[in-house]
Amino acid sequence: MERNLMKGNEALAEAAIRAGCKCFFGYPITPQTEISAYMAKRMPKIGGVFLQAESEIGAINMVLGAASTGTRVMTSSSSPGISLKAEGISYIAGSDLPCVIINVQRGGPGLGGIQPSQADYWQATKALGHGDFHVIVFAPSTVQEMVDLVTKAFDLADIYRMPTMILADGLLGQMMEPVTFPDQQSINEYDKSWAADGHKNKRKHNIINSLILSPEDLEKSVQERFERYDKIAKEEAMAQCYLTDDADIVLVAYGATARVTQSAVDLAREKGIKAGLVRPQTLWPFPADHIRTASENASSLLCVEMSMGQMIDDVKLAINCSKPVHFYGRTGGVIPTPTEILTEIENISGGAKE
Amino acid sequence: MSNTEKTTKKVFTRPNALADVPTHYCPGCTHGIVHRLIAEAIDELDCLGDAIGVCPVGCSVMAYDYFNCDMIQAPHGRAPAVATGVKRAKPDNIVFTYQGDGDLAAIGTGETVHAATRGENITIIFINNTTYGMTGGQMAPTTLPGQVTQTTPYGRDTDTAGFPIRVSEMLATLDGVAYAERVSVDNIKNVNRAKKAIKKAFEYQTQKKGFTIIEVLSTCPTNWGLDPVKSLKWLEENMMPYYPLGVYKDKEAQ
Repeated sequence: MERNLMKGNEALAEAAIRAGCKCFFGYPITPQTEISAYMAKRMPKIGGVFLQAESEIGAINMVLGAASTGTRVMTSSSSPGISLKAEGISYIAGSDLPCVIINVQRGGPGLGGIQPSQADYWQATKALGHGDFHVIVFAPSTVQEMVDLVTKAFDLADIYRMPTMILADGLLGQMMEPVTFPDQQSINEYDKSWAADGHKNKRKHNIINSLILSPEDLEKSVQERFERYDKIAKEEAMAQCYLTDDADIVLVAYGATARVTQSAVDLAREKGIKAGLVRPQTLWPFPADHIRTASENASSLLCVEMSMGQMIDDVKLAINCSKPVHFYGRTGGVIPTPTEILTEIENISGGAKE
Repeated sequence: MSNTEKTTKKVFTRPNALADVPTHYCPGCTHGIVHRLIAEAIDELDCLGDAIGVCPVGCSVMAYDYFNCDMIQAPHGRAPAVATGVKRAKPDNIVFTYQGDGDLAAIGTGETVHAATRGENITIIFINNTTYGMTGGQMAPTTLPGQVTQTTPYGRDTDTAGFPIRVSEMLATLDGVAYAERVSVDNIKNVNRAKKAIKKAFEYQTQKKGFTIIEVLSTCPTNWGLDPVKSLKWLEENMMPYYPLGVYKDKEAQ
């Protein structure tokens, strides 16, 4: 397999194309613009569609349209742009349409900054629009993992007929790492008999719709969707554990922060502190079981994020607040250093324990 | 074959593209006429199997139940963007939107203007009845100066509420627009003209000529507080002078 040195955003775009993405609708915003630029260059060569929309709102609604026809479709943006897409994402979820949405997070709120951030965790996992619904959220921590998770994101979107999101950050989007792509990727085909792609006078007309005026019927449709969510929560949660078997302090971090945190765990181990790391790869569904199991013998947990503390809520819920869950975070585009995290570990664990 | 069948000729029937269901529209409202015209055009062009309709929020939000082609319900104002996604993914399908004035010319202005200037090969059927019907008759971007609505109880004051938008004239300035015509459905002659315009817009789309829009002057008896006949008269006397009927852009005629 060929290894390529690629920027995170470009690797992500290439992976989407290889996963069968046929339409991309985007709008320029730092730090994800390379995805659009790559799509603009490649899509015409493979008979796909690249279109720069008039707005983020336009882009997500073009996604709604293309997804309605059963076509694999993707859009990407960064934090302020995702807020604009929220309306469309809610309609897409309410219409049971599959699509992939990329958020290369930057600092907020408001226009915020353009440096890496994880301050959209709440938005991605709790409230990506109005109404009762979820989006499957993946949290890669390397350029290679961005590539691997894009294919999975398209597959799960099709399997469960719902939007999926890659929650990256400016660091992952902008950094260059060697990546390999599968040689001849087979693209899985899923049932699209529900699609509004013209019935050719061969079937009854299909309707893509999120309007249900009867409260009982709307409740029923939401409950049915939540049965699907229950299945997803049971089957699709993903996390990687690092040195957690004998850990006394279990750190929890995702995305780019997990890389820094892993270095801090290594530094702590060198000092004789039994530290370990759980790295959630899906944020919804949240890998609560992984965290519970990994921290069974630990005396405390430390959640590290590039925010003021958002995922920590889910970590506390995962262990039913049965142990102290500490927090260390930097925000606004500041990336925490391994030394800062090590200091935090030392403070919590009371120094080296032989 | 019976004698009756031999001697009688069916001159009026429900178009195949129109579902045989009662609609939720108020008595006297002209949505029904426009739906029928679209369905007739689809039948005559034999494109029911290829047609995909997009209806956003407003009185026509439930139009997905009224047409027999595949249908998509779009967020408020976003139908041109949704239709763009459909058409780009499936360029050989016939894609149309059905939008009201609040939807198209207020919350969806950006989507409309940009779909038009891209020359997006879709057809927009634009219902101009100078009011937000579904929410109970508030001021629309097309509400006439002085017109009383729920949110202009003293009449639209252009000093504070600004002026109406003439959509067909505005869009006709854009190079991507292949066809823009304003029609009305207030009498039989105009209904026939409206039918011709809608069919022509669909034909242009099949010939991949670009963006087409048919603006239809329509009535809203319920929110205007007039009976259906007086509503038609009000349309003629008040709307037509401000919104003159006619072809505002025709790429082929230039």
